[in-house]
Amino acid sequence: MNFEHILFSIEAGVATLSLNRPDQLNSFNAQMHGEVREALKQVRQNSEVRVLLLTGEGRGFCAGQDLADRNVAPGSAAPDLGESIEKFYNPLIRQLRDLPMPVICAVNGVAAGAGANIPLACDLVLAARSASFIQAFCKLGLVPDSGGTWTLPRLVGMARAKALALLGERLSAEQAAQWGLIYRVVEDSELREEALKLARHLATQPTYGLALIKRSLNASFNNSFDEQLDMERDLQRLAGRSEDYREGVSAFMEKRSPSFKGR
Amino acid sequence: MPQTLAVQTHQAVRLITLQRPQALNALNTELLGELAAELDAVENDPAIGAVVITGSRKAFAAGADIKEMAERDLVGILNDPRLAHWQRIAGFKKPLIAAVNGFALGGGCELAMHADIIIAGEDAQFGQPEINLGIMPGAGGTQRLLRAVGKSLATQMVLTGEAITARQAQQAGLVSEVTQPELTVERALQIAQTIAAKAPLAVRLAKEALLKAFDTDLASGLRFERHAFTLLAGTRDREEGIRAFQEKRRATFTGQ
Repeated sequence: MNFEHILFSIEAGVATLSLNRPDQLNSFNAQMHGEVREALKQVRQNSEVRVLLLTGEGRGFCAGQDLADRNVAPGSAAPDLGESIEKFYNPLIRQLRDLPMPVICAVNGVAAGAGANIPLACDLVLAARSASFIQAFCKLGLVPDSGGTWTLPRLVGMARAKALALLGERLSAEQAAQWGLIYRVVEDSELREEALKLARHLATQPTYGLALIKRSLNASFNNSFDEQLDMERDLQRLAGRSEDYREGVSAFMEKRSPSFKGR
Repeated sequence: MPQTLAVQTHQAVRLITLQRPQALNALNTELLGELAAELDAVENDPAIGAVVITGSRKAFAAGADIKEMAERDLVGILNDPRLAHWQRIAGFKKPLIAAVNGFALGGGCELAMHADIIIAGEDAQFGQPEINLGIMPGAGGTQRLLRAVGKSLATQMVLTGEAITARQAQQAGLVSEVTQPELTVERALQIAQTIAAKAPLAVRLAKEALLKAFDTDLASGLRFERHAFTLLAGTRDREEGIRAFQEKRRATFTGQ
């Protein structure tokens, strides 16, 4: 499968998807959306894959929507941006959240607009020290999309979420980590290696159990305490039936390191 | 041996799994016929107290078989053998529980609504997309859906052809419980086992009384309920149930 706007590879359980329109700061056009969708489909269907690493080529991570793809000529009818979100962004965000494996995002540079919110749909976000997050929507008269209005208040609290969304100022990677928006900051030169190290580790872990962890934490914001307790019961029931749980217990008993298959 | 169903027995519960994976379990005449025949067999099997019907992880049943439908003209539809199968399913006297994962669309949604209880996996979708084909629901989709979810939502679903999620279906009252998709069948079996352990005659009359609510006025419904209630006074299981309660032990029902 040859892609033009992304780089995609699968190696030793790690799928790496890198946005690759560096001259446009990896902003999304319809074709890139299609290629990402195709790659994610392969990730989902390939039982070898146990972790996804998402990153970008060049100096930016992703500048969101390519506005050249969306030019509003004066006098023309108002575009239906809802349709573009329904067709492209929402399915992408849902896919990342629903993938039954950990998704690591390595933010290698500026992440703006939808590009700032796509990482927040991933599970573990690393950012290069020089990276930054910009909720640029307000500068164009738009609303944060790709889950931004949902994830921001949950990650950084309402006061900071509103400041980010209403002011659209640049948030440094450093600050983002301090605020709890992302997991951690690493030196620019080390980002890719650190992210890969994390990915290689996760590719050896009990993937099915990790998928259930992800499912339960994603649901926790919408569930009542009681519903969440019920969900923990149900998911633990499933986890307890996995081969990896059996292996984990016997490895512990036999004082050896476990060999997980992800099932 | 049925070709389009897999049948298993778990204690006093029969689990029927629709199996036409190549067609997302589309309900062709063969499948409906085999389902009706299976329910016939269960009806006459005193060892079975309840039935769970399910499909695959991806689809409970994604509608009728369009190819088959296209071949029927007006006369063909008038003489449609499927109607008798649907009536057989609707007339089934033992409790029927649908465990729905994935798509329950068109005839699939209608089949689920023939069940007394619907348990749905989180990613289940219910819809009546017939309108998109220039037709309309023909196996209860306009009647049972409206009674379950109310006029506005039922009308919206039937006229737009758009599906609703498991959560929406639960809020609307179409579905009683939403589960993790991997546990839908298990939960349905659990409920079925619970029911199968009750007094069979009480269960049967209670189901009949519940269904009466759909097609009589309140006064007649209440009269029917009272008659059914009175009938149970003549059963041994009623004596056993009351005595077991007084003696603080679990009742053993015999169906007498």
